[in-house]
Amino acid sequence: MKINGSQILVEVLVEQGADTIFGYPGGSVLDIYDALYKNRDRVHHVLTAHEQGAAHAADGYARATGRTGVCLATSGPGATNLVTGIATAYMDSIPMVAITGNVGTKLIGKDSFQEVYIGGITMPITKHNFMVRRVEELADALRDAFRIAQTGRPGPVLVDIPKDVMVAECEFENKAPLDTTTVFDVKQSDLQRIAAAINEAKQPVLYFGGGVATADAGKELAELMHKANIPAVGTIMAIGVLPVEDPLYMGMIGMHGKVSSGFAVDKADLIVAIGARFSDRVATDPNAFAPNAKVIHVDIDAAEINKNMATDDSLVSDAKTFLQGVLPFVQPREHKEWLAQIADWQQRMDYRPKDDDSVIKPHQIMAAIADMAGEDALIVTDVGQHQMWAAQYSRRNKPRHFITSGGLGTMGFGYGAAIGAQMAQPGKRVIHITGDGSFHMNLNEMCTSVSNNLPIITVLLNNQVLGMVYQWQTMFYGERYAATEPERKTDFVKLAEAFGAHGLRCHDLAGFKQAFAQALQNQGPTVIDCVMDRKERVLPMIPAGKSVRNIVIY
Amino acid sequence: MQKYILSVMVKNNAGVLARVSSLFGRRGFNIDSLTVSATTDPKVSRMSIIVQGDEATLEQIIKQVSKLEETIWIDQLWEDESYCKELVFVKVLAETPDARESIREIAEVYNANIVESTHNAIIVELTEVPSRIDAFLDVISNFEIIEMCRSGVTAMVR
Repeated sequence: MKINGSQILVEVLVEQGADTIFGYPGGSVLDIYDALYKNRDRVHHVLTAHEQGAAHAADGYARATGRTGVCLATSGPGATNLVTGIATAYMDSIPMVAITGNVGTKLIGKDSFQEVYIGGITMPITKHNFMVRRVEELADALRDAFRIAQTGRPGPVLVDIPKDVMVAECEFENKAPLDTTTVFDVKQSDLQRIAAAINEAKQPVLYFGGGVATADAGKELAELMHKANIPAVGTIMAIGVLPVEDPLYMGMIGMHGKVSSGFAVDKADLIVAIGARFSDRVATDPNAFAPNAKVIHVDIDAAEINKNMATDDSLVSDAKTFLQGVLPFVQPREHKEWLAQIADWQQRMDYRPKDDDSVIKPHQIMAAIADMAGEDALIVTDVGQHQMWAAQYSRRNKPRHFITSGGLGTMGFGYGAAIGAQMAQPGKRVIHITGDGSFHMNLNEMCTSVSNNLPIITVLLNNQVLGMVYQWQTMFYGERYAATEPERKTDFVKLAEAFGAHGLRCHDLAGFKQAFAQALQNQGPTVIDCVMDRKERVLPMIPAGKSVRNIVIY
Repeated sequence: MQKYILSVMVKNNAGVLARVSSLFGRRGFNIDSLTVSATTDPKVSRMSIIVQGDEATLEQIIKQVSKLEETIWIDQLWEDESYCKELVFVKVLAETPDARESIREIAEVYNANIVESTHNAIIVELTEVPSRIDAFLDVISNFEIIEMCRSGVTAMVR
């Protein structure tokens, strides 16, 4: 059967199970949009306000499901607007296929209208990209894009399609999608060696990251922890992998992690890192991170081994294969003294914010959200103070229920990602937690949730400042608040209403609870403007480049 | 800083050179030289790269390059265990008979060829392993070098 490039794209999307895509039309993708129109019962296209929103939506869709998210943009500015979203997905290893149109092949390289070399631009922020030049190459390039995005350590792949390739015809045959499960042939001797180190350790700590969530290996991780009474600390990317109630789960590690988690790593004699990468927000000072420990690193990506931190032993494997494999060789242990020591740190040293019902206290807001929205709600954040408060206090107990830009730290990520997450999980509540700085960046996407009647609840912690930078200026820059007090007069309630959404405002805990209860009943999106004090800080905090020994708790 | 020789087989796609060099730029790896050449298979190119760094950097370079979709394989080569040559042309200022004589002597010691000799300059050509070229350049730099051009390495496992 001979069909054109645009139809081939639709056929491959259907073939790969991509039933929802996020995008924005333009001159170079008119033919693709024509094909999407004709196939609108097969592929659901969601129009966003801006291509960046489309990229974040595809990302949020992928994070909420584990399936590859797809976004589509036109050439030139459409393509460059995807860049932040692609980089965000790249840094957090999220499977995404970004499709861009380009000018016709005869116009490429001539600085034609709306032409950019998006291949070159996205080279360092994709696992791979394809510049398709002949229609005969298109179907396999698209299939390869899905394969690469999903295989091993996931990540974004871009496919650039010139306009004439979209209309050129060639033979097409459907192919079944490839099984991209990589089977890691882990040697028994490696597992036994690592198990021996675990069995010998007196003060072991497991340090786990997003790789455990990607591998869906929370159950296996918990089995290992409980078999040998090993405490575990997690990264922000691993929130929800273990339930917060698990007594052996010590919570988040890193710059804004728990003091006790930091101390446990500091005093450990063995660290087993699983699907985590010793980022500079965790190993804030790599020379002082786990200084007394033998460090074993297990990761799906061989290049992560010895990248950020020199390790004593390592294994290249996905988290699930490793955890299942090592479990039989691990002997039961009590670790009574070690666990007592940790309990003592938790009791004496962990930061406990003070309640105050008469104002907006972030930890109380997060607790209220957790209580009222329930365990099945997906929390999607932007970036900054609110993100850390959400990470610390929103109590997500299931994987893929805390969606945040961890690696790139993209302000403006949240709303687009919430749209993607809500599209992916129509039966679940999606709560977007943001700040006035982040929300200002991409609040245009409210029109998308209104058009699609998405009941996203935005909890806006409005402190009138760019809080995280403001906090650093308070602590390290002598309270010189350069460009962090924008003096904006935005009325977020009216703004929400102007978009056709609901807007509510509150100034204290009772007001918040009332507003949130109302929002849960509303049709379509709601914004809750929570007016709070700008002096509120994220604590504890390890200053950049320092270790847990320099942690600030007041 | 150590120098290491890497031989990389890559798919001969448009943009593959940019992809490899972009990776080096992004990760802050130092390239001394990079040559791309055809192989008997038109779908495959060979890159010979000399990089500077320590063992940890080398490990990262090899792993990161391996991750590229278009990398078929990557190998580290050693000068004494592989065929590995580089070509250099050096144009040296040689205005006095003494200077001309000394340059000829050095060329002879290193088995370099004098390919051109004008009234005030001599052009010397040397094809050698990179370390010998470094040594030769070290000696010849006692004279005033007008121009120098080095090809980058081409290498093959024995």
